[in-house]
Amino acid sequence: MTRTPLRPLARILSARERGENPDKIERENLRLRHEATRDKSRARAEVRLLFLGLAFFAAFTLIGVRMGMLAGSEPEEAQVRASGAPILAQRADITDRNGRVLATNLQTYALYAQPKDMVDPVRVAREVATIFPDMNAADLQRRLTDGRSFMWLRKVLSPEQMQQVHDIGDPGLLFGPREMRLYPNGNLAAHVLGGASFGAEGVQSAEVIGTAGIEKAMDARLRDPAQAGVPLALSIDLTVQATVEEVLATGMQMMNAKGAAAILMDVHTGEIISLASLPTFDPNDRPNDPITGDPGDSPLFNRAVQGVYELGSTFKIFAVAQAMELGLVNPSTMFDVTPPLRMGRFSINEFEGKNYGPLLSVADIIKKSSNVGTGKIALLIGGVRQKAFLTSLGLLDLSPVEVVEARAGKPLIPKKWPDIVTITAAYGQGISSSPMNLAAAYATVANGGTVVKPTLLHSETRQQGARVMSVATAKAAVDMLRLVVTDGTASLADVPGYLVAGKTGTADKPKKGGGYYEDKVVNTFASVFPANDPAYVLLVTLDEPVETSGDEPRRTAGWTSVPVAAEIIRRAAPLLGLRPQVEALPLDGLTAVSN
Amino acid sequence: MMRPVFYVATFMAVMALAFWAYRENYATQRALREVNALQNQITSLREELSIQNAEWAYLNRPDRLRDLTALNYDRLGLLPLEPEQFGLVDQTAYPPSLMPLEMAAVTDAVNVSGTQESQP
Repeated sequence: MTRTPLRPLARILSARERGENPDKIERENLRLRHEATRDKSRARAEVRLLFLGLAFFAAFTLIGVRMGMLAGSEPEEAQVRASGAPILAQRADITDRNGRVLATNLQTYALYAQPKDMVDPVRVAREVATIFPDMNAADLQRRLTDGRSFMWLRKVLSPEQMQQVHDIGDPGLLFGPREMRLYPNGNLAAHVLGGASFGAEGVQSAEVIGTAGIEKAMDARLRDPAQAGVPLALSIDLTVQATVEEVLATGMQMMNAKGAAAILMDVHTGEIISLASLPTFDPNDRPNDPITGDPGDSPLFNRAVQGVYELGSTFKIFAVAQAMELGLVNPSTMFDVTPPLRMGRFSINEFEGKNYGPLLSVADIIKKSSNVGTGKIALLIGGVRQKAFLTSLGLLDLSPVEVVEARAGKPLIPKKWPDIVTITAAYGQGISSSPMNLAAAYATVANGGTVVKPTLLHSETRQQGARVMSVATAKAAVDMLRLVVTDGTASLADVPGYLVAGKTGTADKPKKGGGYYEDKVVNTFASVFPANDPAYVLLVTLDEPVETSGDEPRRTAGWTSVPVAAEIIRRAAPLLGLRPQVEALPLDGLTAVSN
Repeated sequence: MMRPVFYVATFMAVMALAFWAYRENYATQRALREVNALQNQITSLREELSIQNAEWAYLNRPDRLRDLTALNYDRLGLLPLEPEQFGLVDQTAYPPSLMPLEMAAVTDAVNVSGTQESQP
């Protein structure tokens, strides 16, 4: 680029000749030069601005397009990450206290049809009906050809059935993946587990929802994706549960009962080690709820928590314990127990018209199960205090145990609480509660007087419940219960080595229209073992049992529930790790030896 | 003088980086495919594991084991655990090899019974 001089000599000389100021020429040239520079830099700035504008435009367009793509695309699982718990299952497993599986999930497939894609619906209907015998070929053919575009055929398939359907080879038959709930132990602990079924169903998946038992009560926990990999550990011990169910089933058969229930509970933690109710069912193939007949006769009925019975003489220990706690009596206080005990137009008698009179100590009232004596003790306590005490033991409320059926077992209590109710409630008549509530109340007596909440969830810690009686009272009550076994109505429960203590209860079944059946009873045996340091409560209830080995049928708990409970303790206690306490053996045949 | 050298060096550097980026891109894609395959393998193994666990639980269900012990009673002789089977540690015999030599010389042994506490 040639640079124009500011003072070109030719123009300066000619200007001087004309007498003009040569500086004007210099200024003029300077101006021109400035203008040229300005124009050039403006053009360059314009180009820069344009370029910058284009760059911003491109950047924003890129961001916008990317956002649009992200918004419009299917969400995708991040593939690159250091580690992470992949989604294992949509529902957590359930295990027993030692981690043995009680409920798990299994991958399977559902079968559905898209008749529009079907090559030969008639053949498909015929062949599908041969694979699944419960399907009707003619009905299936009608439904496959009536113009619908989608139809479910089976909710779950076994691998063999799936292969057979594959072999049909029709493009209109399709499979959708499913997770199926499996209970590998069959009907073991069926009433605890309940059952599960499919909720909302889609082609790619279906939600599994609990329909009963702990599956329904803990549904939110089991479905929580954050805890899907952590199995829910129950307090149930699989081995003990199997033993209890086996012995209870045998006992129920031997005693000709139509139903039975057993609860084994840790008195300190409130954990239910075993909960059995017979008859039972298979949760893998849960029967439908009964529509006709008494729901209490259905195998689905959980007698341990839903069955609300008058629990009979098992209640007597509560009246006695409360009276001792209030300082009204001590175990050797004497009462006149000559029957009948008259109260208004009612008169209270002993079982089978016996007479234990004239005088009986409090300990003997429990041992002989005297209605009159217990009634008199209850009158000393008074209805208000009695009701408050039974409430604090949890006998008058719904059981808090984690099965959904517990919400159906509301205790039946009289609306008013006159003296006659005070008397009858003291020996367990006219007031109904569930076996689970009774087991929890016995646990309170057994553990030294603090309330325990029965629970099905595994926990190692002792419950710190409210104290309802002193340690001394609870100890005295357990000692009285021990007397019932050593020389009272429950002598068949004396299992060597386990120092069983307990109380029998025989209650007549109420008729629907009022009054009681002559020959239908509910027999309960509530026991605590070992009596010197109670660890477990076992409660056995038999519905309408009758023991027929003797000359005439026997229907008292001492002859029916007690031997069943004794056998359960004999079999289950070693499994619980309890050593039998050996009394010193007589030393026979001992000869002096020396070495 | 320096300028062309600088230009050439820059160009070479750009080419080298482009080549590196190209290779990294494909290496990343290969790694992602591998991760994907491994992820799928893990999923299918987990599925298999859950099936095996379910099967293990099914085969070990108490009523099956009970039936099996009954069927194989001749060979195994298994019976339910009973309270009488608890023993004291000192009731268990020492293995013969650990027996002190002088013990072997004891003659006229007699049966004794009783718990340890009650022995004189």
